[in-house]
Amino acid sequence: MTDALGRALRAFGHFWWDFLVGDTPELAVATGVIVAVAFLVDSSTLVGVIALPLLAAAFLVLSALRGRRRAPRA
Amino acid sequence: MHTSSTLVLVLAVFAASLVEMVEALTIVVASGVSRGWRSALEGAAVAALVLGVLVVAVGVPLVRYIPLDALRVVVGALLLVLGLSWLRKAILRASGHKAMHDEDEIYAETVAELDAEGGRRPKGRDSVGFAVAFKGVFLEGTEVVLIVISLGAAQHRLGLAALAAAAALVLVAVVGLVVTRQLSEVPENTIKTVVGVMLTSFGVFWVGEGAGVNWPGSDLALPVLVGFFALVFAGSTTLLRTRFPAPLTEAANAVPTTTTTEPEGARP
Repeated sequence: MTDALGRALRAFGHFWWDFLVGDTPELAVATGVIVAVAFLVDSSTLVGVIALPLLAAAFLVLSALRGRRRAPRA
Repeated sequence: MHTSSTLVLVLAVFAASLVEMVEALTIVVASGVSRGWRSALEGAAVAALVLGVLVVAVGVPLVRYIPLDALRVVVGALLLVLGLSWLRKAILRASGHKAMHDEDEIYAETVAELDAEGGRRPKGRDSVGFAVAFKGVFLEGTEVVLIVISLGAAQHRLGLAALAAAAALVLVAVVGLVVTRQLSEVPENTIKTVVGVMLTSFGVFWVGEGAGVNWPGSDLALPVLVGFFALVFAGSTTLLRTRFPAPLTEAANAVPTTTTTEPEGARP
């Protein structure tokens, strides 16, 4: 019973780790940064409106560049 | 709730469910052909039932008991992780840096794995066929459940989101019955790009909204964000194609050779 529960919890944790972090930890970091910035900016200005999409775009481009196929080194 | 965000919600859930259900159907058909239709269909039906129960069991308490702003930040973060991941893979696929998703290949692999299980196909229920179909539908459907709950709960439109997912399920099931194996005809990679753009837009919007950011035009900002991320997708794809072309692009679809190309993970 305890073993089964432990296995289920491990599988559950593994699923969420894979889902949230997986092979692109930079996207999990990006999300954390965007959430933090959303709370830090002054909500009465347009800074958040401009910064949030730009941050998401910047992290996306960097992540895509990181994941690109490279030629093997000679 | 503005019409534009309702429309984007329905489209995002429908499209995401459509691609995930096509993937699930591929596995169910492979299981049915290899191990018998009865067990495959039973496995798929039980998985769909469990997923439906999950939506009700998790979604309804979220909508009723969690404060809306907190819910929107958490849901927005979840959608951002998911959306950025879909969009990243879409960019890599469109620029030739990652193999296109191919249902025919997945079908062939699943049939080969089931054949490797060996044994005579039983006349009644087949536990292997049931398990494969159940697992396929459940795993692909989990992502749909997350999207339905996230988008539905954040807008307090859980019923509408579930309805959009159910419509996609019915459409895929009907088309699947008619065309059986011609799943590769579905423009899956294009739909995934559209879903990635929508999920990322929703993610940014809800995180901002939950944290107190005032979007100009309120919900009308959503279509603007969708347009912005569509442009980011197009620009990034062009950048990778022109400045960092994939080595042996023509072989990219067939041979995942180089060390820097990552394997398919749990995410799409």
